[in-house]
Amino acid sequence: MSTLTRPPKVAADSPVRRTSPRRTGSRGAYKGLLFLLPFLLGFVLTYVLPIAYAFSQSLHEKKSSGIGFGPTKIVYTGFSSFASILSDGTFWAGVLRTLLFGGAQITVMLGISLLLALLLDGIAARAVRFFRAGLLIPYVIPGVVSTLIWLFLYSPTASPILDMADSAGLHFDFFGGLNTYVSLGNLLTWQGIGFNMILISASLQALPRELYEAARLDGAKEWRIAWSVKIPNITGILVLTGMFSLIGRLQLFTEPLFLRYVAPESISTDFTPMLEIFDRAFKTGDYQYAAAESLVLAAVTGVLAFVFYRVTNRKMS
Amino acid sequence: MSSIATGGGARPTRRAVALTTGLLIVFLLYSLAPTWFLLVSSTKDQTDLYSTFGLWFSSNHLADNFQAVWDYHDGVFGRWILNSVLYSTVGAAGSTLISLAAGYGLSKFGFRGRGALFGMIVGASLLPSTLLAFPLYLVFAEIGLTNTVWAVLIPYFINPFGVYLGKVYADSSVPTELMEAARIDGANELRIFASIALRLMRTGGITIFMLDFVNIWNNFFLPLFMLNGERSFPVTLGLFSWVQQAQTSRDMNTLVLTGSLLSIIPLAVFMFALQKYWRSGILMGSLK
Repeated sequence: MSTLTRPPKVAADSPVRRTSPRRTGSRGAYKGLLFLLPFLLGFVLTYVLPIAYAFSQSLHEKKSSGIGFGPTKIVYTGFSSFASILSDGTFWAGVLRTLLFGGAQITVMLGISLLLALLLDGIAARAVRFFRAGLLIPYVIPGVVSTLIWLFLYSPTASPILDMADSAGLHFDFFGGLNTYVSLGNLLTWQGIGFNMILISASLQALPRELYEAARLDGAKEWRIAWSVKIPNITGILVLTGMFSLIGRLQLFTEPLFLRYVAPESISTDFTPMLEIFDRAFKTGDYQYAAAESLVLAAVTGVLAFVFYRVTNRKMS
Repeated sequence: MSSIATGGGARPTRRAVALTTGLLIVFLLYSLAPTWFLLVSSTKDQTDLYSTFGLWFSSNHLADNFQAVWDYHDGVFGRWILNSVLYSTVGAAGSTLISLAAGYGLSKFGFRGRGALFGMIVGASLLPSTLLAFPLYLVFAEIGLTNTVWAVLIPYFINPFGVYLGKVYADSSVPTELMEAARIDGANELRIFASIALRLMRTGGITIFMLDFVNIWNNFFLPLFMLNGERSFPVTLGLFSWVQQAQTSRDMNTLVLTGSLLSIIPLAVFMFALQKYWRSGILMGSLK
């Protein structure tokens, strides 16, 4: 980027070189945009228009005429949909549920990933490759397939885990109450630890080895070095992955949608905001309200992303 | 790194090594056991699936299960796999080319509003595509695109994060002097991009392609919103439709499990072929 902001300055200083950079500059003006054209056209079609259209839809409401049996018609109602979303308890309960659940699940997931990365940092290089490949297997499995696998592992009829528990004389259920969250959390953690471990490993490897030398000369044990030297130096990546995961959790959809098939009582159709939007749009047919909910959720995500940006920028600098 | 095999120099005690290895093995088993379950289950028929222990084999019905998956609804499963290959290949190729071109334009040309445009692209890449799926559905329904191949391909083509990566790669691998030299030789801008810049950005291009390919292969919600006809489904959506049917007919479960196993294979082959670009791809992907 700096290479392009600099030429005009150079041109002002040295009259000899003035012509060529300036000419490319003005020629570049439209040629650069030409390279961006396919993207920009697509961007308008897939980002700008949908958001604008969803906004205009959300200013309308579907009203049935007469006593409710006549044909429905779409009427302009201004911001009333947004007003009702603001006071919509189930919607915000879904948002809060995903954020609280996400916060807890991500803490566990990153804790395990960090532990694994630290363990890998301390063993022989050849073993590292073996363990890393094995731990990355869940990351390679498509999300839908890993959800399907756990769907079976949780199902009361086919689960080998329940078989084992039964033969040990234990009886438990993967769903209902807090168990629902533990089961869903386990699935997401299983999917995520390998990926996060790789990221944390990479930032551990980027630390200069001399950092540990002093501590070692002072006689610090490995766990002490991990706790007091390694972890404080990689908080940046932990905050980064944590916040990105949290933003991702707000969109939680596929996993609960599938798990509903074994636990419809525990995972309601408004369990997460995305499930609620999907249900509202395609089961109830209330496009206008679903559009408004999409926009509100996008705004919440935007606020979260902004907070994240501020936090990481402070942490990193 | 090779000289310091134990990550530092101090010699760890035997107990520490045993504890480290033990913990790693526990988590390795945790990572592998569910996939093992899938593998084992694919060899069982419907009765064994429910009556025998899930983590070990009983009589082998793998061939029958494969046959059942292929035969179901006139080979619809094969069609799903082909659809997934088509969506992933065409979608990722289009997105890679569009992203590299846009990134190159942002990196190498000065024009008014470039900074603002770049800011907008970074901002858009933070907006998860899940959130856009429903608004996108509304617009595509309005212009009659839903239930066509384009309903999924067009959104796949547009990837702000790919543009961001494209700019990063153009910044670091295409020297502006080389472009100047080509201009003096009389090459036009398109030619410079096609025969010089694209070649220099090849590694970056493969990384973007790989990230896109895997994302599209795994994508579920966009096709769920956009596609109605069973024959246009990618394999993820197809498996979901089988899960729904399994509610009424129990023997769909063997199809679901065997189909799941089969659906991993193309992706595994792809990732194995491109494993060189993996780590950098994952690290880049983390920015998203």
